[in-house]
Amino acid sequence: MTDPAIQIEDLRFAWKGAEPVLDVPAFTLARGERLFLRGPSGSGKSTLLGVIAGVLVADAGRVNVLGQELGSLSSAARDRMRADHLGVIFQMFNLVPYLSVVGNVTLPLKFSGRRRRIVGGDADEEARRLLGRLGLTDEALLARRVSDLSVGQQQRVAAARALIGGPEIVIADEPTSALDSDARDRFIELLSEEAARTGAALLFVSHDASLARLFDRAVDLAEINRAGVSA
Amino acid sequence: MRAILSLAWNSLMNRKGSVILTLVAVALSVALFLGVEKARTGARDGFENTISGTDLIVGAPTGTVNLLLYSVFRMGNATAEVSWPTYETIAARPDIAWTVPISLGDSHRGFRVLGTTEAYFDHYKYGRGQALALAEGVRFDDVFDAVIGADVARELGYEIGSPLVLSHGLGAANLDGGHENRPFRVVGILAPTGTPVDRTVHVSLEAITAIHVGWETGAKNPLADTIDETMIRSFDLTPKSVTAIFVGLKQKGTILTTRRAINTHRGEPLMAIIPGAALAELWSVTAFAERALMAVSVFVIAVGLVSILTSILTSLNERRREMSILRAVGARPGHIFALLVLEAGLVGFLGALVGIGLIHAILLVAGPMVEARYGVSLAGTGPGLTDLYTLLAVTLAALVIGMVPAWAAFRRSLADGLSVKL
Repeated sequence: MTDPAIQIEDLRFAWKGAEPVLDVPAFTLARGERLFLRGPSGSGKSTLLGVIAGVLVADAGRVNVLGQELGSLSSAARDRMRADHLGVIFQMFNLVPYLSVVGNVTLPLKFSGRRRRIVGGDADEEARRLLGRLGLTDEALLARRVSDLSVGQQQRVAAARALIGGPEIVIADEPTSALDSDARDRFIELLSEEAARTGAALLFVSHDASLARLFDRAVDLAEINRAGVSA
Repeated sequence: MRAILSLAWNSLMNRKGSVILTLVAVALSVALFLGVEKARTGARDGFENTISGTDLIVGAPTGTVNLLLYSVFRMGNATAEVSWPTYETIAARPDIAWTVPISLGDSHRGFRVLGTTEAYFDHYKYGRGQALALAEGVRFDDVFDAVIGADVARELGYEIGSPLVLSHGLGAANLDGGHENRPFRVVGILAPTGTPVDRTVHVSLEAITAIHVGWETGAKNPLADTIDETMIRSFDLTPKSVTAIFVGLKQKGTILTTRRAINTHRGEPLMAIIPGAALAELWSVTAFAERALMAVSVFVIAVGLVSILTSILTSLNERRREMSILRAVGARPGHIFALLVLEAGLVGFLGALVGIGLIHAILLVAGPMVEARYGVSLAGTGPGLTDLYTLLAVTLAALVIGMVPAWAAFRRSLADGLSVKL
């Protein structure tokens, strides 16, 4: 029996001196599952992702990622955990401006020996393969500065980066909110396909409930979070 | 760490414009520092290399530095002389191997005239024991022969056979007239030495006596002009006195004993100095100015380093997003810290490298000019340990300075987490 990708019990989190933003009795993401987590901005979803990514530390409760209790890990170990097993896509400005497209995709490999080993020999080749699967094949496009890419192209580069080296969990925080609806559906489709191919569980967070239909399961953050933020 | 270094490099390349400006500031400050340092070392080496191989300098009692200044550097005047019989007594001492008597007090168009014996060419050494060498011609033999230094020849355009008229006293154009009826001619030109020898006209001791026939009172006797060359040759030209004596010992070990013996010489009071010690004493006079100069150039480097700090600190805000991306893909706060420290270190290293290249290029071009004009040799200042140490020190200082923005980014990366609101 393998552990779930993410399992949360009685999680509580508050920023220093403020009301609690998170009070989550239970939340689970199974391995390979594609989950849609709906939450309006200010609902504490970014905080929740920060806790799952091991950047923020819960005040109470258990946050179990791939069988590892995050609370029991040192911050360095949590950083290593994130480097090895998590891919993250932000809403926008995902890319390091001074790296090439391929350099951005292979960036996680610099911080994770595990993902380097999984990719094996030619990291650039793997980056190009992933970019190709996400529809970025044009060499001229790959040679451009990342700031010259369209937002949709940037998000696909970010997806390739999140997927490279086969992390078990891919977290996407409103990755499509800057895209028009066609590009948005296409992006989610490609992301889902590639996550399925690598076997990664996908935790997709958005305020846009209409996207729920594209996922295995949908959860409303307001329902699992008892901390009544932004009433 | 190599991954972070390549990130740092890419990040710098991405901000080429401002990075190059910072780099130039560092390079210029390092070049200035090294330039000052090299001029200083060059000046001191040249200074210390002015005389070597001479164990003692003997003159009439005066200040140590004063005796050194007028006997070696041809600066200032002797207040008293050493009589010829006393010179002979000294020269005859059993512990003394050789003596070079010198007589100063006249000049030729601004250049000092030095009366001496042939022993001067055999025993006067400079640098690391280099002897004087004739570039052209021969040593003086006749009373009216002169051997001139390289600068004298170059600046006055003299060649072998050129006539020259010595003037009494030291002014370039002396009011009480010169020794016009005692024309000398150039028989030898010395190779350049980078010492005051280059700016000296050398004649025999007899020549000094000869040009002063008719000047015994210190001013020109109206009859002096009537005494011609042939008459002078018939006189007894043994000098009455000399200004100073360079002394070489048979055994270096007796230097202090001999010095004491000369200092306590019965009869005419004398003073003997050890050139090395006197040079050190003279140099220490200038040490204050030298240190002030050093301090200024060190501060200039500090300004260069501060420009690194400024450029990184001002870039931090716009790079906040970049830091959180790095964190998200697995960079530890330590990586963020290392990234910024390395960026500062790289700018410091490259700046210092460019600065070192710059100053050596300048020295290569300007070195010979400086040497010709000021007599300061920058020849021995090729890339060396000083440059290496400067490179290391500047790089290290830049790394340390880089810790300031690195610490700020480190703290921020912990607080920001994954999401940065922009």
